[in-house]
Amino acid sequence: MKTILFLIQKEFRQIFRDKAILVITFVVPTIQFLLLPFAANYEVKNVNLSVVDHDRSDMSQELISKVTGSGYFKLVSYDESYDQAYKNIESDASDVVLEIPKGFEKNLIKEDHEELFVAVNAINGSKAGLGSSYLLQIISNYNNDIRVETGSSSGNVAPQIDVASSNWFNIHMNYKLYFVPGILALLVTLVGGFQTALNIVKEKEIGTIEQINVTPIKKHHFIIAKLLPFWVLANVVFTVGLFLAWLVYGITSEGNVFVMYTFIALYLFVALGFGLLVSTFCETQQQAMLIMFFFMLIFILLGGLFTPIDSMPAWAKTVSRFNPMRYLVEVMRMVMLKGSSLHNILPHFAIVLGLGIFLNGWAVLNYRKTN
Amino acid sequence: MKEIVIQTEKLSKIFGDFHAVDGISFEVYKGEIFGFLGANGAGKTTAMRMLCGLSHPTSGKAMVAGFDVFKQTEKIKKNIGYMSQKFSLYDDLTILENLELFGGIYGMSRKEIREKSQSLIEKLGLENESKKLVGSLPLGWKQKLAFSVSIFHEPKIVFLDEPTGGVDPVTRRQFWDLIYDAAHRGITVFVTTHYMDEAEYCNRISMMVDGRIEALGSPSELKAQFHTDNMDEVFYQLARAAKRSDS
Ligand SMILES: Nc1ncnc2c1ncn2[C@@H]1O[C@H](COP(=O)(O)OP(=O)(O)OP(=O)(O)O)[C@@H](O)[C@H]1O
Ligand SMILES: [Mg+2]
Repeated sequence: MKTILFLIQKEFRQIFRDKAILVITFVVPTIQFLLLPFAANYEVKNVNLSVVDHDRSDMSQELISKVTGSGYFKLVSYDESYDQAYKNIESDASDVVLEIPKGFEKNLIKEDHEELFVAVNAINGSKAGLGSSYLLQIISNYNNDIRVETGSSSGNVAPQIDVASSNWFNIHMNYKLYFVPGILALLVTLVGGFQTALNIVKEKEIGTIEQINVTPIKKHHFIIAKLLPFWVLANVVFTVGLFLAWLVYGITSEGNVFVMYTFIALYLFVALGFGLLVSTFCETQQQAMLIMFFFMLIFILLGGLFTPIDSMPAWAKTVSRFNPMRYLVEVMRMVMLKGSSLHNILPHFAIVLGLGIFLNGWAVLNYRKTN
Repeated sequence: MKEIVIQTEKLSKIFGDFHAVDGISFEVYKGEIFGFLGANGAGKTTAMRMLCGLSHPTSGKAMVAGFDVFKQTEKIKKNIGYMSQKFSLYDDLTILENLELFGGIYGMSRKEIREKSQSLIEKLGLENESKKLVGSLPLGWKQKLAFSVSIFHEPKIVFLDEPTGGVDPVTRRQFWDLIYDAAHRGITVFVTTHYMDEAEYCNRISMMVDGRIEALGSPSELKAQFHTDNMDEVFYQLARAAKRSDS
């Protein structure tokens, strides 16, 4: 046990002496954090909308006119069936389909509950994704209208419209609110995974790892000492990010921040393990960098950061199930925007734990003191 | 009877179909300075890495400090010190921090490390540099320091891979004083070098050519065997026959 303390001390000393690491850890994320949400300005107008109204009631008409009157949508078709509307999506003529079921008005009044269906075009995912979140916003406003009307006349509980889609929680229709939690997730991954991989491979490149491997050091001691400082750094970066989110964007978490820290503690186990695994396959920092870039790109693209996972094709959805970043992005949005509790994110915990055990197990097996 | 601390039998390392080390057999006795000579690419580093437990041998047998290089590499590592051909202390740590780290890794207590560092730094005359980053030291000092780190935990055997490469003659002399000092304390020294004057300092030397040991004995035995009065000539006669060349 004592040995590991000497190793941890060494790692921290080196990190605090390495200006580059400190810049990468603090300055780069800060700049990214400040620029990315602006660069990713997704406030779109003229989202092409197809409507399938099976109900053809006053209420459905009212909802449609609310949507079209919002200024964000252009009604491109009024279809008889979902299949027909879907053809428009396929031909890229429309971005979002809103399907109103038969009995919409009746159910909403009688049972205080109704479901709508929204489909989005995966080709222009970001436009469609934002379009759908605008749409949901309008629906939820409409829902509130009903609450006022019916609530006063009957004294019943306010009726609810459930929408069979995601993203309903970003009710402020604020794309920054949508991106900031995602970017926090990205930063934590970058600092954790990237730096770990580079740090270990750097020792290979310089040759100091040889001097470590020739000692009776236990490999898990060496690995823990390597990972721990980056675990701490990533948490610091996350904290800085949360602070900036509040300072710059005025965003505060709806849910308990402690829940996020708990999840990140576990998530970092995965990110660091991944960095470690990559390092065991690389001899030079350049190799490590290329491989990490490759995977980071996949993590980002298939992580629901810019493109909602719901609007991805089936194969991409399948791949995204194995993408740890997806779960972090989801959890961050759930906790920050929806105020989800620890209990709500238990499935995410389980999956990320599994991924962590798999990646770290593989990495430890693949790390060899004798070649 | 001399105590054997390293024993190899037909030890080989093959990369693909290239026999980097090709069936070497020799013994090293406790407390001796054993020189390992050979042209560039002869296979010295490869052989040494196998003996240190850094590289799996392809075939053969070898025991180091009483342990098998195939199965007991971690036990071997407890009993040896190694100074690699590439300088490998941490440049971004100070002298004291490097000593602390490696002392700690071998299980020395903080107190023990402090006391030993103190006397070592006095012995090397590095009092004013002890808190400087190792990267800022001149090469000669770095090499002396790297050697001192490799024997800081008092190993049974120390492996030195071209410890004096690129170092000036005065520093080389001082370096060999340190080696003698270690040998007197009972540490067996296994050293590679390209300097023939250094070969003369060894108790026994082996000459490696193309992965094989072609001659082995004390400097005077080898000179007698090759009918000459200097080691340069011995080396030249053997190395001339080599097919492998890195240059
Ligand atoms: N990992 C490896 N894969 C393939 N070939 C290798 C590997 N390591 C060493 N070699 C080859 O094995 C041969 C012996 O190398 P080695 O480093 O042991 O020589 P050396 O005697 O230490 O040379 P030098 O005096 O230059 O240090 C060289 O031809 C080298 O290219
Ligand atoms: Mg060599």
